[in-house]
Amino acid sequence: MQTLTLAAILLLLSSFAFRLGRKRAFAVSAHEPRSLHSLPGYYGSWVALWCGLPAFAVLIAWLALEPTLVRELVITDLPAAMQTLPAERIDILINEVRNAAQGHATANPDLAAAAEHYNRLRQVSFAAVTAISVAIALAGAAFAYRRVQPALRARPRVESSITVFLVASSTVAIFTTIGIVLSLLFEALRFFQMVGFTDFLFGLNWSPQMSTRSDQVGSSGAFGMIPLFTGTMLISLISMVVALPLGLFSAIYMSEYAQPRVRAVAKPALEILAGIPTVVFGFFAVITVAPLIHSAGEMIGLSVASESALAAGFVMGITLIPLISSLSDDVITAVPHSLREGAFGLGATRSECIRQVVLPAALPGIVGGVLLAVSRAIGETMIVVMAAGLSAKLTFNPLEAVTTVTVQIVTLLVGDTEFDSPKTLAAFALGLMLFAITLALNVVALHIVQKYREKYD
Amino acid sequence: MTEMIQTTATRTAETVAARLNRRYTAERRFRALGLGAILLSVGFLAVLLGSIVDKGWTGFLQTQIAVEIAFDPQVIDPEGTRDPATLDTADYAALVRAGMAARLSPEADRATRRDLSALVSTMAADQLRAMVTADPALIGSRATLWLLASDKLDMVVKGQVPRQVGAAGNALNDRQLGWLADLEQAHQTRKTFNTTFFTAGDSRAPEQAGIWGAVVGSFFSLAITLLVSFPLGVATAVYLEEFAPINRWTNLIEVNINNLAAVPSVVFGLLGLAVFLNVFHMPRSAPLVGGLVLALICLPTIIIAGRAALKAVPPSIRQAAAGLGASPLQIVAHHVLPLAMPGMLTGTILGMARALGETAPLLMIGMVAFIVDIPKSPLDPSAVLPVQIYLWAGSPERAFVEKTSAAIMVLLLFLVSMNMVAIVLRKKFERRW
Amino acid sequence: MTLNVVLPQSSTKVRATALDVHYGDKQALFGVDLDIRAGEVTALIGPSGCGKSTFLRCINRMNDLVEGARVSGSLTIDGSDIYDRTIDVVQLRARVGMVFQKPNPFPKSIYDNVAYGPRIHGLAQDQAELDDIVMTSLEKAGLLNEVKDRLLETGTSLSGGQQQRLCIARAIAVEPEVILMDEPCSALDPIATAKVEELIDELRENFTIVIVTHSMQQAARVSQRTAFFHLGKVIEIGDTEQIFTNPQQPLTQGYITGRFG
Repeated sequence: MQTLTLAAILLLLSSFAFRLGRKRAFAVSAHEPRSLHSLPGYYGSWVALWCGLPAFAVLIAWLALEPTLVRELVITDLPAAMQTLPAERIDILINEVRNAAQGHATANPDLAAAAEHYNRLRQVSFAAVTAISVAIALAGAAFAYRRVQPALRARPRVESSITVFLVASSTVAIFTTIGIVLSLLFEALRFFQMVGFTDFLFGLNWSPQMSTRSDQVGSSGAFGMIPLFTGTMLISLISMVVALPLGLFSAIYMSEYAQPRVRAVAKPALEILAGIPTVVFGFFAVITVAPLIHSAGEMIGLSVASESALAAGFVMGITLIPLISSLSDDVITAVPHSLREGAFGLGATRSECIRQVVLPAALPGIVGGVLLAVSRAIGETMIVVMAAGLSAKLTFNPLEAVTTVTVQIVTLLVGDTEFDSPKTLAAFALGLMLFAITLALNVVALHIVQKYREKYD
Repeated sequence: MTEMIQTTATRTAETVAARLNRRYTAERRFRALGLGAILLSVGFLAVLLGSIVDKGWTGFLQTQIAVEIAFDPQVIDPEGTRDPATLDTADYAALVRAGMAARLSPEADRATRRDLSALVSTMAADQLRAMVTADPALIGSRATLWLLASDKLDMVVKGQVPRQVGAAGNALNDRQLGWLADLEQAHQTRKTFNTTFFTAGDSRAPEQAGIWGAVVGSFFSLAITLLVSFPLGVATAVYLEEFAPINRWTNLIEVNINNLAAVPSVVFGLLGLAVFLNVFHMPRSAPLVGGLVLALICLPTIIIAGRAALKAVPPSIRQAAAGLGASPLQIVAHHVLPLAMPGMLTGTILGMARALGETAPLLMIGMVAFIVDIPKSPLDPSAVLPVQIYLWAGSPERAFVEKTSAAIMVLLLFLVSMNMVAIVLRKKFERRW
Repeated sequence: MTLNVVLPQSSTKVRATALDVHYGDKQALFGVDLDIRAGEVTALIGPSGCGKSTFLRCINRMNDLVEGARVSGSLTIDGSDIYDRTIDVVQLRARVGMVFQKPNPFPKSIYDNVAYGPRIHGLAQDQAELDDIVMTSLEKAGLLNEVKDRLLETGTSLSGGQQQRLCIARAIAVEPEVILMDEPCSALDPIATAKVEELIDELRENFTIVIVTHSMQQAARVSQRTAFFHLGKVIEIGDTEQIFTNPQQPLTQGYITGRFG
């Protein structure tokens, strides 16, 4: 809250600076704006930038560094016995200190003292950053204000700083990717120091829960991702079995046959289906579909697990219908009209034209779309978290419960997380695999689709 | 020669005719397959929405029972001091129990007391406390009040769980069912609009649980998302579409954006956990972090939509402005951006709608905590709507099923309205040149 | 085959009477009366947008595919109205083949392109007969020598002129009675054009051909009769020689002397 107030103050200062700068420009031009190099507003903006940018830079730097700094200072002030604790215990202590600092009582007097220290530190650091940033803002404004002259090239200067902002924004995407790769790699490497890479990649056993209690037998845990991988594949396969025919045929019917009236209903319906959050589908799978499949199985004498791969895969398939349908629709309509005419001109019926000419021509595009859908299915999380099982079983029976990569990532990280146990780090290793697989699928799919588009452009 | 032409032609015509029926049957079959696929897909949507509404509409109602309460001075304020602290800590639950016992069963053993209190929500005591602290004059009087029923009773009244006397596994035991029948006969139960659901935060007791905390959390998260992703997205789109030279670097950025758009959202959650929480030590469970992660997730959507909108602005407008001596930035700021803005806004709203429904990455950054308080700032721990749905969906109490479904209905309502705005925007500003 | 058969003047293959075509609110053809004789090449000429392509597409009902297209009046082939409800479009198109402005081979092998029509209509009893049809058609289209070693390559790998001859082979493989050609040479270079024109002249022996063309030289070279269209109406029809040397209508005269068009 304090920080927001400070930010508001800095903004206010900048807007004052803008007015001052503009006024100054009028003044130095002897109220003859044509003698200025740029419009007076640009002089105002220039002064405002000098006022706001450095000050905000200080504020942001402080926001990024303050928590770490205060934390370190608090730790050095803790009793020596506490300082030698392992890192994750210190994390817990610091959390307790923070809670105490916010007014929750703590039983430990050392921590209470630390909390007081913590609050004091924060107050001091905030006072410091307020003083510094406001001073810098004023200094910047004064500096720029004094340099306002008719010959000052205000517009190019303001514009170049905007351009810098534009360029910087466009690199955010790159930094996001780098951030993803680095954070996954970094934690995954720590994981691979504890668990062998090949054990992880080719192990047939996944039971991370064992490792939490180090005094137990089998405390090493088992981190073989093959069962997770097969589970993911099984559910993705089921979903594609549902989504591919339904999506493809929907697209064909809508682009080739449907009356405008049907299209007016079906198209928005599919769009709604695409817009429904997956958590809703997860709930639907648990509450409606899974019991239905379970009792249907009972009726024909099959034992179906209540968290069967079938239920999760089926519902996931429903969520993928709109994706497949819209991608197929794109590629089908991209097939040139002349090909259809050629087929019709020879006396083909509509379905013959579609099956024998349009679909083969659209095939690469459809394959690309299917790959995108598979990548989506592999990365899909909520439906499987809610509707698929937790135990990693190496099976291809759709009636049994299997678990997936994403389910394990979520279960490993939700709840108390200790950042040194292989259990937690395994989630990052799985994340890395997930990222690599989906990335590869996407690159291939986009490449295929691109090639296809070029062919008919 | 003519005869020869005639004969081949007749032969062709005959052969074609012979196969025609079969081919048209195949045609009809194919068409039916297509129609079937559409009907099935739309049918799934109908079943999904139908089952949510069917399970959830009762969540907007709550059951209350009429109980005559004696505001017994001996219980509330035995000393007669009317000290606010005493009034605040008095055992109002005892008043509720006494009122129930007086109405339904004179027996006073522990089992009876337990059965009786199980019919009323613990919130009833809070209700009495609020009344007494507001008006201490009530003490000593009697009043018939509508008290919030417990979730078990609520489920039975709404017919969500079977109410067969004598059957095993009932939510209420036979004696409680008897009392309920008694109350109903005397019209001492009623169903009213469930305001708690829209004003309260989360709770372990289903009848006291509400979505307001999650709605506020979602609002804070989306506000952060919008503040971060909109300027960044528009700036990136403008740069790539209007200024960027075509070279390896911009090509790399483009490939990057396309790939980011398809990275599973749970991976963004891992990024948030590793960077925002572990490196920058931002608060766990806070909408601030959630908003930042969601901003990264919907950034590609906004950029891609923004570039499409910019592409749709005809070059003639840029040339016209350039011809008047406008600088490249002025061309964009004065002419291109205003024209492209509706398209960009549409893309942004759709991105926001996606962010509103996003769940998995928020689990990664600890937004699954059980939080009762309504968050006051983006730094307070908070739930968001989809995560609240996830949490309730995993709760064992039967009454949370209808609460979950009701929350889903609210979420979908938000999503539908956002999409409507997007559609209206798109319609209104569709190609003005 | 050098024997020159003189067909009787009366053998009208296609006859349009008072044919009107509307696309939505726009009328494209106004009361067209036109006879097309069997065993001849009839050229339809006229400025762009004059309705010649529209008329061509009426003959095998390709206009059915255009949304909002309405056809009224009568159009008969061998005396039976093709817009009659008992007439099946698929059957009709097997009798009336079509070659399009831009070569449009299917993205399949050369063989499959030619075999496509016979396959869907079931014209071949067995593989040998199909092979035979394909080979004969390719030969008739003058393409066999160029492609006989690469029948399994895709049709799109051929040059533009070869592609168009492939499309002609594809059309004649069904053994239609009439072949419609919609500016078949407009996308081809002069050498390829010459080959296709030569081919059209040979095909005349077995098929009735209607060709829409922009080039009056082409009309003069390949056709026996020429119809001049203007603004959706037939202005004049007659023997090609007569139309080009002695047109009866001032509009025709204006067009062929290049005063407009």
